[in-house]
Amino acid sequence: MTSAGTVTLRVWRGTREGGGFEEYQVETAPGMVVLDALRAAQAAQAPDLAIRWNCKAGKCGSCSAEVNGHPVLTCMTRLEELREDGPVTVAPMKTFPLIKDLVTDVSWNYEKAKEIPPFTPGPKDPDGKRRMYQEDVDRVQEFRKCIECFLCQNVCHVIRDHPENKPAFSGPRFFIHLANLDMHPWDTADRTALIKQQAGLGFCNITKCCSEVCPEKIHITDNAIIPLKERVVDDYYDPILWLWRKVTGRK
Amino acid sequence: MTTPYTGHDYDVVIIGGGGAGLRAAIESAAQGARTALVCKSLLGKAHTVMAEGGAAAALGNVWPEDNWQVHFRDTMRGGKLLNNWRMVELYTKEAPERILELEEYGAVFDRTSAGLISQRDFGGHRYARLAHVGDRTGLEIIRTLQHKMIHMGVDVFMETTITRLLTGTGRIAGAFGYRRDTGEFLVFRSKAVVLATGGLGKAWKYTSMSWESTGDGIALALDAGADLIDAEMVQFHPTGMVWPPGARGILVTEGVRGDGGVLRNADGRRFMFDHIPAFFKDETADSEAEADRWYTDKRNNRRPPELIPRDEVTRAIYAEVKAGRGSPHGGVFLDIATRRNADYIKKRLPSMYHQFMELAGVDITKEPMEVYPTCHYSMGGVRVDPETQAATVPGLFAAGELAAGLHGANRLGGNSLSDILVFGRRAGLYAAQYAQEMRAAPAADPAQVDGAARDLVGPFSAAGGESPYAIQADLQEMMQEYVGIYRDEDGMRTALAQIDALTARARGVRAEGPRQYNPGWHAAQDLYSMLTVAAVVTRSAIERRETRGGHSRTDYPQTDPAWGKMSVIARKVDGQLTLDRVPIPEMPAELKALLEVK
Repeated sequence: MTSAGTVTLRVWRGTREGGGFEEYQVETAPGMVVLDALRAAQAAQAPDLAIRWNCKAGKCGSCSAEVNGHPVLTCMTRLEELREDGPVTVAPMKTFPLIKDLVTDVSWNYEKAKEIPPFTPGPKDPDGKRRMYQEDVDRVQEFRKCIECFLCQNVCHVIRDHPENKPAFSGPRFFIHLANLDMHPWDTADRTALIKQQAGLGFCNITKCCSEVCPEKIHITDNAIIPLKERVVDDYYDPILWLWRKVTGRK
Repeated sequence: MTTPYTGHDYDVVIIGGGGAGLRAAIESAAQGARTALVCKSLLGKAHTVMAEGGAAAALGNVWPEDNWQVHFRDTMRGGKLLNNWRMVELYTKEAPERILELEEYGAVFDRTSAGLISQRDFGGHRYARLAHVGDRTGLEIIRTLQHKMIHMGVDVFMETTITRLLTGTGRIAGAFGYRRDTGEFLVFRSKAVVLATGGLGKAWKYTSMSWESTGDGIALALDAGADLIDAEMVQFHPTGMVWPPGARGILVTEGVRGDGGVLRNADGRRFMFDHIPAFFKDETADSEAEADRWYTDKRNNRRPPELIPRDEVTRAIYAEVKAGRGSPHGGVFLDIATRRNADYIKKRLPSMYHQFMELAGVDITKEPMEVYPTCHYSMGGVRVDPETQAATVPGLFAAGELAAGLHGANRLGGNSLSDILVFGRRAGLYAAQYAQEMRAAPAADPAQVDGAARDLVGPFSAAGGESPYAIQADLQEMMQEYVGIYRDEDGMRTALAQIDALTARARGVRAEGPRQYNPGWHAAQDLYSMLTVAAVVTRSAIERRETRGGHSRTDYPQTDPAWGKMSVIARKVDGQLTLDRVPIPEMPAELKALLEVK
């Protein structure tokens, strides 16, 4: 923040054809978040400023952007937290193709979601009910907290500077989805081949950038990616486990 | 003038990507209908994602005494008996099945010690009844439905706004709209349309809703000739955040009270004991000791007064603040810190903990929250057939918050997330059946498409220079003041005059810049829906001269038994909004008897 009562926003304006940063002066209020400031600029100075937002409470994952170089949810980033002097710089997520201003084309994520075979439960208990215990679902529920802000995808080195990897890589968001399915007590589908091949788990070299930016604080690397890597190793390189699964049909 | 557009052909087009729209799409596609889902934001971001506390269904996992009959009684009494009894019956019978079905799709609810779906307490529910995942149940439901639907061959049009329904020979013929990312115009030719556009709270200043909730379905349905009912019934949820200013209105889940939180005024008093209405006196605890015992022993104790239905708690908070017993920022205190330990609070209410810590710098395990009512839900909306969700225009269906009848004058917390499943499914099913009985979609009147396109581009060449954001802000301020928690005739007459003035200003609203992803242009479109909502709610609210549920009047503070048998209907006749009254359907004796059970 700059002088008391106002903040200078430096906001990226433009399309794939080109653009640059433009500055807006906005009056501040106590507890103001970056998204409040962007909307204030939009309402009074730049009505066609493209931003994406919905819940304004950190629950929907729509308003992701890079604020002073840090990938964040703009609705949960208070101006008071930005200690740097000078203007607050807001840029779109870099990894996805720009549509306009702060809005990017995230359709790649939705395509990746479709490639993952859906949840496939086994039979119910003999009394027609299904049971699973809290201690068995705690780890799955961690992955299910994901709000699909795609910040983990945005910072992933595999695709951030290498868009050519996108067709053969699902990214951290879908690794946790795969882990969720794999660790679900009732699921019976075998997605190991997909994890290894189409999802491209092997590209990940465990730099943990994804875990660091997750607004839900999901331990993406430790709790999802590493166990999935172990699963791939077991399935592909452990002959005894391989035979056991072949014979019993269990995961 | 003909504006270029891209055409698409479907059996069923579903407008809205929340829980009701997704569940409708799943069912429509399962019936073999060619189905499209059109949503205003990205998939998975609709308002359902913000639902917190849980989904009510009489599974009986925690209290085996629970069953659909008790849920029926609670829902009808919560709605002050204005509900459509048949919808409540279908809903309470089918809700458990719909929740269990989500588990088949991959949902992972919190568990009981027996390994079944855990259920939590909420206002107005006799037993712990809400299936939940911490306090992020809506996220679980929307993501589960989303991941089910993407494998069912439904075409999804994200960030696409529908501005007009098309009709031909008195039937629905499709819909007109535009894609935000390109600005391209679209014409959907379809046999049936399911409206699942959700709420309308953005017409008020303090609301728990996002920018999307402008009541588009209200305007679309009225313009297509459909009836609305109970539009005056708007729920102000008792607990929204009040500070900081930018967070004002953001929801604080009823789960805080369900899990043991209590409301206190500036004197530290649990003031809800002073506001128990006669209607709920027999089922509400009259001492703190009894209220506290209820959480673990429901057989021998009555519920805490903090857990009477929302409309009552809202009126009580309003009264306390008005009497000068409010908190520093003009709310009251919601205290769970002194009632439950920090681990329990963080496990049960993780997103509340996070929300207050990040946005307000308040640690809810150590300090009370400040809360005040926030515009949250519309009980009224499109008048539908209870079985099929068919609106009064052939080919048009509605489900979820937009459809009226289930919740009567006031919705119980937790009844919305199961409403969208039960009636989303029914709307999808019957829309697909309707479509399959028709050979082809009726031809839409070409003048409708041209007219819709002309209206859409209008703001780019408008003579006036008004900003849509300024008109929006004035409308929100005005509705908050005159058509808020409490209303009176003089205030609402003032509101009508101001709505006329704002409508005149909106005609000169100007959009700058390109058509591609232009929020100012979009806001200009939203104004039409918001002004329609404002007019229909205010007109209906003037008509109902009593206080009931979400409709509180200072000039008619009593509940009037004659009005308890009546709904207000709104429809457009020759382009003019007109009102009428209709008796609510008579309940069969065996269901009436359920209401008397103590």
